[in-house]
Amino acid sequence: MTKIHLTVDGAAVSDDVEPRMLLVQYLREKLGKTGTVIGCDTSNCGACTVHLDGTSVKSCNVLAVQADGRSVTTIEGLADTVEGELHPVQEAFRECHGLQCGFCTPGMIMQAVDLLAENPHPTEEEVRLGMEGNLCRCTGYHNIVKSVLHAAEGGARA
Amino acid sequence: MIPVKFDYVAPTSVEEALAALGEHGDDAKIMAGGQSLLPVLRMRLNAPEVVIDLGGIDALRGVRDEGDAIVVGAMTTHHEVRDHPLVREHALLVAKAAADVADAQIRHRGTFGGALAHADPAGDLGAPALALGAQFVIAGTDGTRTVEASDFFVGLFETAIGDDEILTEVRIPKHTGWGAHYEKFVRVAHQWPIVAVAATVRGSIDEARVGLTNMGPTPLRARATEAALAGVSATEDGVRAAADLAAEGTDPPSDLNGAADYRRHLARVLTRRAVLEAAGAQAWS
Repeated sequence: MTKIHLTVDGAAVSDDVEPRMLLVQYLREKLGKTGTVIGCDTSNCGACTVHLDGTSVKSCNVLAVQADGRSVTTIEGLADTVEGELHPVQEAFRECHGLQCGFCTPGMIMQAVDLLAENPHPTEEEVRLGMEGNLCRCTGYHNIVKSVLHAAEGGARA
Repeated sequence: MIPVKFDYVAPTSVEEALAALGEHGDDAKIMAGGQSLLPVLRMRLNAPEVVIDLGGIDALRGVRDEGDAIVVGAMTTHHEVRDHPLVREHALLVAKAAADVADAQIRHRGTFGGALAHADPAGDLGAPALALGAQFVIAGTDGTRTVEASDFFVGLFETAIGDDEILTEVRIPKHTGWGAHYEKFVRVAHQWPIVAVAATVRGSIDEARVGLTNMGPTPLRARATEAALAGVSATEDGVRAAADLAAEGTDPPSDLNGAADYRRHLARVLTRRAVLEAAGAQAWS
């Protein structure tokens, strides 16, 4: 077992973990943060996307021990729970109906937030390219792209 | 999918990493960003007893200017390589290829040195490194040695790095002002290329360097094309004859994504596109 200390959604946590434990397992099974989902488990689909020190990563492709000393933000840490307000990108996905079954949505939103932090005013093509690591099997992507562009128009920030 | 149990070592210096490698030998596996290694471990295609994580070695990160070359630390991420001003100014081809590796999430974790040491024939960084004549700095317990790109790639997933050695940095001779383009042909977004071509040109066209991805077990130089491009005009007709030589001397695989003949065809077409694009792209756009 290896001792890790990290910040998850603003809270300091520490645990003894097996080195082979994936970050996504740690988030879901140890911390109960099931908002982050496991889709393909092969690092393709992006459903498990979270932010590690402020940039997007696929949490099924990171070991929990690699997050030691670092800061993780999951979909559960995005909304302003004090004010009861969704993050602007979450709001945009709701507004534009950027989902059908919703399974890919946590990862889509986390990647969209990363994309807009780097490029606040993307073109449609830049959105499609920037979201290429996230797969959706329902929507055909159109409303997802619309949602990201809508969030950009509204001045969404990370 | 969960990897087989392993012990975890997180050195903070190259010396510590080499000592750990010396202690555990064949039972150990080096992890850079882990973006290729972790899928392999999860699918249990490999089961090392010890994983040595280079992530805590700050000295392996970053890009510096060394006069006639830039030096990229092995643990610099694809994302950092893509955006680094020194890379964009002096090795635009590398920046362009780094921008095309997998997807954004993978580029945030995956590293320049890790990808090159992994030596996947479909990896995106080998062809540009070879085309630009990069030199690989490899550390062992007896010191460091430097290996030319032409000697670094030995075979399928095989490099000149010894079992007891670690790739620490890559020197890339400056190609300041050279236009560059990485043309990648993929089956679906964010996948490995079926074939890709890394082209960089001085003037339009005084001199050209062309690297091929996935046209054999290692990255290859399209030498005949390079020779034929010197002095041609950067037009569709000017470039076509030279690009038609791109598959000479290659040994592409046949697999579910395409037969060898199809890959040779792709190499010719993609070379033409990459060279023309490179000739019109002296800066990042």
